[in-house]
Amino acid sequence: MMLQVEGVHTFYGAIEALKGVDLHVDEGEIVALIGANGAGKSTLLMTICGVAKARRGRITFAGSEITAERTDDIVRRGVACSPEGRRIFPRMTVLENLRMGALTADPERYDENLAAVFELFPRLKERAQQRGGTLSGGEQQMLAIGRALMSEPTLLLLDEPSLGLAPLVVKQIFEAIRRINAQRRMTVLLVEQNAHHALRLAHRGYVLVTGQITMTGTGQELLENPEVKAAYLEGGHA
Amino acid sequence: MAYLLQQLINGLTLGSIYGLIAIGYTMVYGIIGMINFAHGEIYMIGAFVAVIAFTAFSNLPLVVAIMLVLLFSMVITAAYGWTVERVAYRPLRGSFRLAPLISAIGMSIFLQNYVQLLQGARNKPVPPMIQGGFTVMQEGTFTVQLSYLQIMIVVTTLVLMAGFTHFINTTSLGRQQRACEQDKTMAALLGVNVDRTVSLTFVLGAGLAAVAGVMVTLYYGVVDFYLGFLAGLKAFTAAVLGGIGSLPGAMLGGILIGLIEALWAGYFSSEWKDVAAFSILVLVLIFRPQGLLGRPEVEKV
Repeated sequence: MMLQVEGVHTFYGAIEALKGVDLHVDEGEIVALIGANGAGKSTLLMTICGVAKARRGRITFAGSEITAERTDDIVRRGVACSPEGRRIFPRMTVLENLRMGALTADPERYDENLAAVFELFPRLKERAQQRGGTLSGGEQQMLAIGRALMSEPTLLLLDEPSLGLAPLVVKQIFEAIRRINAQRRMTVLLVEQNAHHALRLAHRGYVLVTGQITMTGTGQELLENPEVKAAYLEGGHA
Repeated sequence: MAYLLQQLINGLTLGSIYGLIAIGYTMVYGIIGMINFAHGEIYMIGAFVAVIAFTAFSNLPLVVAIMLVLLFSMVITAAYGWTVERVAYRPLRGSFRLAPLISAIGMSIFLQNYVQLLQGARNKPVPPMIQGGFTVMQEGTFTVQLSYLQIMIVVTTLVLMAGFTHFINTTSLGRQQRACEQDKTMAALLGVNVDRTVSLTFVLGAGLAAVAGVMVTLYYGVVDFYLGFLAGLKAFTAAVLGGIGSLPGAMLGGILIGLIEALWAGYFSSEWKDVAAFSILVLVLIFRPQGLLGRPEVEKV
């Protein structure tokens, strides 16, 4: 098991954002975490990364407990994150953003990793010298994923990669995630409101409702589940 | 014409010193969004360490002595800069916005009194060490002097500024520093040790302020515990004029404030020279709060 989250409670001030979440991700899997706005999806990712701290519970990554570790130490263990809002460094060029991603990676493989990112997202190569803040939303998302890949992670966390993007771009992004997983056996934990796309892509999925996991199953099972259909799929997502 | 040239030379020398101090203000502001009000005192400590070190190394050859004094002052002053961050800023991170500002002012007062207690309230003189210079121009009875010391100050400053810019723009540590300026959480998510980077920023700013302290000791030949207050405010003005948060802005602002002050002193009144610098501060804050090279607050992200 690559990632295991057991009984995690996370608070924002007095608000309990996660109320005992259990979830695991196996090596080579794509796991989708779906849920409405405010359900705590991003909080869970940030808790895994150590940006928010779990007040109770336990998080294990590749056999080691990381619950109380500092974010940069967790990242150095091989967790990479494309966070909510993408958080591109606006005053750095695309290339500098990617270099930042490579901070914890083996410098010897920098050129190789860069070539792989440019192969996945050719747009980034065209924009290499442009500042991050001047990119379109789709390009920023590609950069956020590319930057995460530059660290040679063993676990990739993606927070709403489709948010605010045109349908065609969403397709490209999901296709890229599929390729990363298929070609490199990259383990992916994907947080999405776009449940349809996410569940079709994922091997397994979890549904998070106000801080608690209410359902889990294979992507297909969840897609066909009437409750999931009613709550997350019939809102017009194509 | 000759008189003007002399004022420009003097202003450039003074401006170099302000510029070196201003870098510390602007870098710290860039990374924690706060003015380090103890930075002027850090510079004063740099000058005091220089006086002590010059006395200790007085029988060494001059070039060696200056090198050693620079090194000595930079290391010790950097340790003070590091301590200021640890004591006055880090425990208050996440507290309300004014708290670290107030603790920095407290730190500033503490450091002034600390030096006053340890070194006495009286001026500390050092004998002139680098004398002589060139006569650049002669006009009637007025000669334009460019001293070796002025050359040294300006050249050292330019070399340091170029080196520092290169460091920030091209090295991995420099990139990490900029990443923390732009988004600390994201920097941490990429493996940057944010606390260490903030410490590094204080240390580097203090190191440059120490160089300014050594230069001012050589230039004026006298230091006192109150030295950091006015120079700190002027360098802060320089950082605001250049655009707080902007590295080239701090350098440009420093040199401009030096020139403005020298020209004002040369053509109007040297007693009122501080008025010139601080009027600039007021004018900039009213009409161009982002400074000459700063970026406006709102940006597309």
